[in-house]
Amino acid sequence: MNTNQICRAVMVLALSTSLTAVAEEKAVTDSERIEQYREMISDGNPAEFDEMRGEELWKTPAGPKNASLEQCDLGKGKGVVKGAYAEMPRYFKDTKMVQDLESRLLTCMTTLQGIPEEQITAKPFASDKKDSDISSLATYVAGQSKGMKMKVSTKHPKVKEAYEIGKRIFNYRAGPYDFACSTCHATSGVRIRMQDLPNMRSSKKDAQTAYTSWPAYRVSQGLTRSFQWRLNDCFRQQRFPEPKFASEATIALTTYLAVSANGAKYAGPGLKR
Amino acid sequence: MKTKSMIGFAVSLSLAMVAAPSHAGSTAKDLDAKTAMIVKRDFRDKGIAKATRVNQDELQAACSKYVDKLPKKLKAKLEAKEAEAIQWPADGKYMGDWKAGEKLAQSGKGMTWKDKEEDPRGGNCYNCHQLSATEIAYGTIGPSLLHFGKERGYGEDIQRYAYARIYSAKAGNACANMPRFGHMGILTEAQMKDLVALLLDPESPVNK
Ligand code: HEC
Ligand code: HEC
Repeated sequence: MNTNQICRAVMVLALSTSLTAVAEEKAVTDSERIEQYREMISDGNPAEFDEMRGEELWKTPAGPKNASLEQCDLGKGKGVVKGAYAEMPRYFKDTKMVQDLESRLLTCMTTLQGIPEEQITAKPFASDKKDSDISSLATYVAGQSKGMKMKVSTKHPKVKEAYEIGKRIFNYRAGPYDFACSTCHATSGVRIRMQDLPNMRSSKKDAQTAYTSWPAYRVSQGLTRSFQWRLNDCFRQQRFPEPKFASEATIALTTYLAVSANGAKYAGPGLKR
Repeated sequence: MKTKSMIGFAVSLSLAMVAAPSHAGSTAKDLDAKTAMIVKRDFRDKGIAKATRVNQDELQAACSKYVDKLPKKLKAKLEAKEAEAIQWPADGKYMGDWKAGEKLAQSGKGMTWKDKEEDPRGGNCYNCHQLSATEIAYGTIGPSLLHFGKERGYGEDIQRYAYARIYSAKAGNACANMPRFGHMGILTEAQMKDLVALLLDPESPVNK
């Protein structure tokens, strides 16, 4: 174990102890619980370790081409990381696509470093056994927009189109339960069991708070999670099949949600139950 | 894939191809078609959650298109269709065992890609409803069902009403946010009866 891992282990231990303590009391809502975590860890969020890991991955040559990602253009010029996340998704001329952060990282890892796409997309999310490079990279890049205002532009017609398609996917009901995102996220003040549900259709504030707190460290899983993961797990709860990683459907949804968050300061990487 | 969904697939594909070259400023219709194409392309089988699950039935498609605010006539038509499709218990009885019903109501398991075909399915009821007074970790997407029988009586009419709601809440409100447990084959007849008993047995904690 290196120092990072030891620090992370200690923090996680403290957090999970507080989790059990809270669970033993009467039912508490998520917001109350999160408030308690925040107090516990006023001097740090374990997601910081993923930011550090991501920064190292960004700067270290890797892959068949033995290149770092410092030539990666996230929309503000080659190598510019600061503030990039607050303006994504955006349209990229070279790929002729609207891309969110994770799909853009995928582009850079495949083109600059020569890592095969299938190798990255086979297991894009972290597990107990293995870290995810693309998630750590996303956490690092997102963290470099902390405190900056979200300003995702829909000026480009392709971004506008992605927003419109994302909105439609948000309301797309299907599957054995007839669920859409809107089933759980279009009414204010409701919850599933004790988990508060943000109303991302009609509450600007809910949409902003929800979007600007990801990527996030999930206490219950002991892992830092990316926005693509968040969508993936909600589709699971929706009883849908699996969305392909960094697919147009997920980018469109992300565009819809990111635009809805415009104007708020990016506050991640966050901390969740 | 059933023939019906294959036709739907082909139709939306060809629509999408027509829509594709039309550049910026796409009409709502183009966008609908493109959305359908993307959704059908970008999901894949995972475990029991097959990619074909994104194919919509008539009701799902209508509720999506109108964002849950259906024109009156269409709403009435779809509700009548749902009501007609209810398969009532062959023995004419609606009440099962409330204890089994409470277990079903507590369980949120079933039909995700992490679940196995043979895993017992739950009702997810507490995810959305308050039921017995002792369970305080309940969700609020649906109305409170606490004292359901105590307040509405325990007769056969209300039993039949509860069975219908569980079988297909869409028979009462086409775009309701509650799953159609009978219509979609999520729960068995016996399980739905256990849930009716949870709501309507005077001994059930729901009515204490
Ligand atoms: C069946 C219910 C359900 C559906 C359907 C659903 N979600 Fe969620 N969603 C949740 C729950 C519960 C949470 C709270 C997170 C947790 O603790 O698990 C959540 C959390 C989120 C968050 C993070 C909010 C925050 O503040 O951290 C986002 C973003 C989100 N969902 C987006 C979506 C999108 C987009 C869809 C559709 C693809 C969707 N959800 C579908 C239940 C659902
Ligand atoms: C995803 C949310 C959700 C789940 C899961 C759910 N319900 Fe509902 N339920 C609702 C909503 C929303 C309504 C209101 C329906 C409407 O719009 O008419 C409702 C209505 C009802 C009603 C009619 C209430 C009345 O006042 O007449 C009954 C009975 C009911 N639900 C029972 C159940 C049972 C039993 C289960 C578990 C098998 C269940 N529900 C699961 C959301 C849900």
